[in-house]
Amino acid sequence: MSINIDQSKCIGCGKCHDVCPGTLIKINEQKKAFIKYPKDCWGCTSCIKECPVHAIRFFLGEDIGGKGSKVHTEKVNGLIRWIVEFPDGSVKHIDIDPKESNKY
Amino acid sequence: MKIERIKTDLLIIGGGTAGCYAAITAAQDASQEAAESSSSNAAGNKGADLKILIVEKANIKRSGCLAAGVNALNAYITEGRTPKDYVEYAKKDADGIVREDLLYSISERFNEVTAHLEKLGLVILKDKDGKYVTRGNRNIKINGENIKPILANAVKKLPNVTVLNHVNIFDFSVHGNKIDGAYGFGIENDTFYAIEAGAVIIATGGAAGLYRPNNPGFSRHKMWYPPFNTGAGYAMGIRHGAEMTTFEMRFIALRCKDTIAPTGTLAQGVGAKQVNSLGEVYETKYGISTSERVYGTVAENLEGRGPCYLRTVGISDEQEESLLKAYLNMAPSQTIRWLENETPSKANVEIEGTEPYIVGGHTASGYWVDTKRATTIEGLYAAGDVAGGAPQKYVTGALAEGEIAAKSAVEYINATVDCHAPLQGSRNDVETEATIKEAEIASHVAEIETYLSQKNSLYTTEQLEEAMQIAMDEYAGGITTGYGYTEKQLNIAKEKIDEIESLTGKLSATDLQEVMYIYELKERITVCKSVIAHLATRHETRWHSFAENLDYPGKDNIHWRKYVNSRLVNGEIKTFTRELTAEGQKNYEHQH
Repeated sequence: MSINIDQSKCIGCGKCHDVCPGTLIKINEQKKAFIKYPKDCWGCTSCIKECPVHAIRFFLGEDIGGKGSKVHTEKVNGLIRWIVEFPDGSVKHIDIDPKESNKY
Repeated sequence: MKIERIKTDLLIIGGGTAGCYAAITAAQDASQEAAESSSSNAAGNKGADLKILIVEKANIKRSGCLAAGVNALNAYITEGRTPKDYVEYAKKDADGIVREDLLYSISERFNEVTAHLEKLGLVILKDKDGKYVTRGNRNIKINGENIKPILANAVKKLPNVTVLNHVNIFDFSVHGNKIDGAYGFGIENDTFYAIEAGAVIIATGGAAGLYRPNNPGFSRHKMWYPPFNTGAGYAMGIRHGAEMTTFEMRFIALRCKDTIAPTGTLAQGVGAKQVNSLGEVYETKYGISTSERVYGTVAENLEGRGPCYLRTVGISDEQEESLLKAYLNMAPSQTIRWLENETPSKANVEIEGTEPYIVGGHTASGYWVDTKRATTIEGLYAAGDVAGGAPQKYVTGALAEGEIAAKSAVEYINATVDCHAPLQGSRNDVETEATIKEAEIASHVAEIETYLSQKNSLYTTEQLEEAMQIAMDEYAGGITTGYGYTEKQLNIAKEKIDEIESLTGKLSATDLQEVMYIYELKERITVCKSVIAHLATRHETRWHSFAENLDYPGKDNIHWRKYVNSRLVNGEIKTFTRELTAEGQKNYEHQH
């Protein structure tokens, strides 16, 4: 389980670097973010929520049942939209209203 | 490496749940005091001039246990219940080995800190009459995805609080059993920090990564407890002779297999029962305390009735949709795993026990503190997972302890403030003190520079960490042995850990982040030694799985209704016992 950063989208703002609880993300000389220690990712998804250009994708390692889907979030009309891109090209959206509590 | 010297009144090490709330409390009390009475300043109180510094090795916005969020507040006094009920529950779950004074002090604050969190912006589910909706007897439902940013924002607004992010504290400055500051380094700015403080709150959390984790490969850090919580606070205290308690009461969480996501939302939220591979509900067979739920699952597997599951098949579409969202708000891996494989209405959720953690927010391991959260080192206070004696703390308990520790530390600072004025003692004393400090700084800097300059280290930090985890797993009751251990095995574990420790001096690092990894390994090794010593001391099995002593498989109430405490003496962890606090006891003071 870890993250993947699309450097062609990255604008080098450094927000993902700042927020990672393991300080695992670094910015290279070309001002692009990269994950220096991919195996040390906890899977908290903090970086994904910070990225203003949606350049970061979260995925599960194959060792814990991952099947190659990529996940990120976007803010849409005040909702947090979780976007899961499956390997077959299909996409699932789950919208969460941050003002609404969990039911369980 | 640059050397920066900082002076503050209150130093808070670790900006997680407890640390942030300690800062909020101290700052609010200070400004309130200043507003109420300017004459208090004349009496020596710092008032609004109180300088507070949080030092955090990551960034307080998402550091600590709550990075991904949390989906319920598990410690709340619901309508018709009392703090005493909560104390009784925690005491029963730990089979008596708790400090009632500590539990009372947090239970009496659960609802007040919850109200404060709501005021700061936390969303809590309410019914049509505006009352919190409860989940079971002690829990309320929230949207806690942003709980950590909420706390961090509240801290940012406080004028007298400074936050140093990405600075790793690795040693206390203690002289004559009194703390006067701490040492650390910026992991990305090539700076050594020598911090002087009037009082220190340690809030670095517990320790993960001592034992081989559930997924030792690519997903090794997919653990329940933060892999970045390395037991730094315990280790620094142990090395300076602080008394610790109950390290033998390890915490093993029952979790969703692979993702190690919480199970409470399934068990309590949709009423999913624990079933074995034959479909039999087994939880009632072993008991329902936290440790018994883990033990039952281990036992069913050992007896050939595994794997075990939480029975979710048949839940409604609406329930499933809510579960997918609830997990995104705290453990997103689980939702993704469901979507990539089978969803909970179609397939039961396999469960397993985690590797053992040392965490004072769930079990009773940690600093031996008095009711005010003072440790046995003068001027050092402990809050949250690093503080012992009060299990089942959860988020609200960590907040409550942050509050208590902050009030006590500020009281201590105000009581000792006069001593910081020019001393009646001779100039020589002051000079000697300064010389000692400079020598300490030089020695720490030299050690860091040695790690940075050493080349050709045969072993890497990662290799030694794995060796430590394997030794603990195989010989100190890890997942491999179904959490059981014998005295002979513990002796082997100790030998191996000592050997690994002797190799750490030769490690090399290319930058300060890698130096931090070396210090984290050494912290874990110190905690491992304490765990081994504690496990070897308690000659009974009071908590299955948590402390499964195969030499003494039964519970022994005659000899072991006691705390096992420890202290470092001449480089060795020495354990001893203390009598339990009395029923209903609300105050405990250290006996000096």
